[in-house]
Amino acid sequence: MPTELFLGGALVTAFVLYALFGGADFGGGVWDLLASGPRKAEQRALISKAIGPVWEVNHVWLIIGVVILFSAFPRAFAVLSVALHVPLTLLLLGIVFRGTAFTFRAYDARGDRVQRRWGVVFSVASVLSPALLGMCVGAVVSGDIRVRGTVVESGFFAGWLSPFALAVGLLALCLFAFLAAVYLLAETREPALQEDFRERALGAGVAVFLAAFGVLALAREGAPRVWAGLTDSPFALTLHAATAVAAVAAFGLLLTRRFWLARMAAAAQVGLIVVGWAVSQYPYLVVPDLTLQRTAAPESTLRALLVALAVGAALIFPSLLFLLRVFQSSPRGASR
Amino acid sequence: MDLLYARAQMGMSLAFHIVFAAAGIALPLLMVLSDLKARRTGDADYVALSRKLAKGTAILFAVGAVSGTVLSFELGLLWPEFMGTYGEVIGLPFSLEGTAFFTEAVFLGIYLYGRERIPSGLHLFSGVMVALSGAASAFFVTLVNAFMNHPAGFTPTPGGPVNVDPVAAMFSPGWQYQVVHTLLACYQSSAFVMAGIHAFVLLRHPGATFHRKALSIALPMACITALLQPLAGHQQAEHIAREQPAKLAAAEGLFETQRGAPLTVGGLPDEESRTTRYGLEIPRGLSLLAFADPNAEVRGLDQFPRDEWPPVLKVHLAFQLMVGTGSLMALLAVVTLFLRWRHKAWPEGRRMLWGWLLCGPLGVVAMEAGWLVTEWGRQPWIIRGVMRTADAVTPVPNLAVPFWTFTLAYLFLGAMVVFLLVRQVAGTLPGNEEPREVSHAH
Repeated sequence: MPTELFLGGALVTAFVLYALFGGADFGGGVWDLLASGPRKAEQRALISKAIGPVWEVNHVWLIIGVVILFSAFPRAFAVLSVALHVPLTLLLLGIVFRGTAFTFRAYDARGDRVQRRWGVVFSVASVLSPALLGMCVGAVVSGDIRVRGTVVESGFFAGWLSPFALAVGLLALCLFAFLAAVYLLAETREPALQEDFRERALGAGVAVFLAAFGVLALAREGAPRVWAGLTDSPFALTLHAATAVAAVAAFGLLLTRRFWLARMAAAAQVGLIVVGWAVSQYPYLVVPDLTLQRTAAPESTLRALLVALAVGAALIFPSLLFLLRVFQSSPRGASR
Repeated sequence: MDLLYARAQMGMSLAFHIVFAAAGIALPLLMVLSDLKARRTGDADYVALSRKLAKGTAILFAVGAVSGTVLSFELGLLWPEFMGTYGEVIGLPFSLEGTAFFTEAVFLGIYLYGRERIPSGLHLFSGVMVALSGAASAFFVTLVNAFMNHPAGFTPTPGGPVNVDPVAAMFSPGWQYQVVHTLLACYQSSAFVMAGIHAFVLLRHPGATFHRKALSIALPMACITALLQPLAGHQQAEHIAREQPAKLAAAEGLFETQRGAPLTVGGLPDEESRTTRYGLEIPRGLSLLAFADPNAEVRGLDQFPRDEWPPVLKVHLAFQLMVGTGSLMALLAVVTLFLRWRHKAWPEGRRMLWGWLLCGPLGVVAMEAGWLVTEWGRQPWIIRGVMRTADAVTPVPNLAVPFWTFTLAYLFLGAMVVFLLVRQVAGTLPGNEEPREVSHAH
């Protein structure tokens, strides 16, 4: 297999992990914003307890993805930075305010009002950031970003404001909220609180279904090439089938209150959606002008990067497992 | 105009990030040192101190993490031609830095939240890992800057780099001088700020034991780094004199190539008249310092085309500021260590405390000034001799908008961080102490 495919795989892996971990963090912020009912305070406490030790780690996957992109596919990074300058800048502001507000809230315990103010910043940024992320993805697959040579010809607003991109943004938001609700279920043993998040997970699951349907409906117009990729190749169809199975399983497990397994199924569902997106746009990094192969760095760089990634993975994954072991409640304890 | 805004935004983001990144490297070490001291002495104050430092680290690391994310995107958002063309040459240290950042975040999470959940030895190990990965990420990121100052590991062609050797690019000539100088600056700036804060409290509350102990943790690091830094800076300057003569000439305000060049202290260089006025000149000083030979020839700005001059006044002033503050800090360190040797205890006289209070911010000032010297001194190049900054900038218009937005956001965040840290320190004032958790007996 050519080296650039390995690095393309690493890029997709980073995005899958960012969706599974960072995405769930964003979702936590959504539920912080939507906390309601008699256990409002407990819901927020649970969210902040679950996110506290891990948010910085979860967030690093994005940086890993960006670094792989600019080291291994520098041309694509440059083009995306120009074409998506506006939404990426807004996304960055969201990330800055989200992270700092979360930390400031934790260390600025002067009373409910101040805490709540930071909480609002945190949760609003948590809603806007994934939507912008989704809009960027929508623009990349739409085919509206046009490049000649190395010059972006389609301007600075192409693609990311289309109905299709907005629908992808909404889908990302719903997916992350769904993921977060399912994760949070397995983080508490309080039956009432579990019931709260079970309701939210089911509601968000329905929203995911509707948003996905919307994306699909708009894709034929909004992203013709990817639409073809989504529907034609047998490999893509297998992926979609697997995604559907995971989605149905997650729903079933939620209904039957097997929360730990539901968490696995929801994670599989989200991971498969990201992989499905990547597969359907292959071999393009930016549809339809930049391919993985055309934008790849020279072989010497790709090899060095692979070695660096292998060394990095050997350090990162054991320490990550250690972190999760320290902070995640045990599967048996939580699902009761 | 947009080039100026792009440079201003990058500069502002980096100036902001550097302070937090430096704290993210140095505070974990100070935190581990107090932890170790607590284990050795069983002293509750050191336990409390390591907890305070952990909280400070958490706040500063969070801001450093998000402002670092901003920078990784800004490389492309502001300089797409640079990253699009040379990302493949210099991506390797960035990806290693990503790994280091990852382990730092993991172990910081464990250290901050895991105190009650894991055995104390493992807890301390996590702290050590935070300190080590922080240093590693500064190491890798400085390698990128060294490459921009002295590109290596590829053959430039009009169509972009060929014969790319990413490892040679990562270790470009002179990397070791810049890395040592930068790492020392991180430890020095944070140790001086910490010493300044506790000296301030001790001036108002003499005999506050917690703060005396805190000072005794900060002072050794501050003194050692302040004394090593002039040596490291000198090595770096020698390297620059050989390899980046335009930068040295600008830093020294030296317009004419000469043998036995004088060292100019202070002074205002004027690019129009090509003279540096009002400076104190030490005869042959520059030749001696830069080439260890009082008669050595030092190349002046006249050796370079006018359009390849760095902004001489700015580079010179930043350089003077760095050297001046560095010398003051070294002097204070000498006095402190002398008193320490004479009295067998860290000095606590009011005059010394005032000294530490007034010098507290100087480490940060010197670090920012030194970074400005290297960045302004490289202009007009983004990669020296290979790509001009003006050719790297994004075609996106209206860059004033993101510049002002991020400036306001960072001003606000900076003010919040100061406010939160003040509150953390206020909680330790005599009579104000928060109820202490019972410390584990050892």
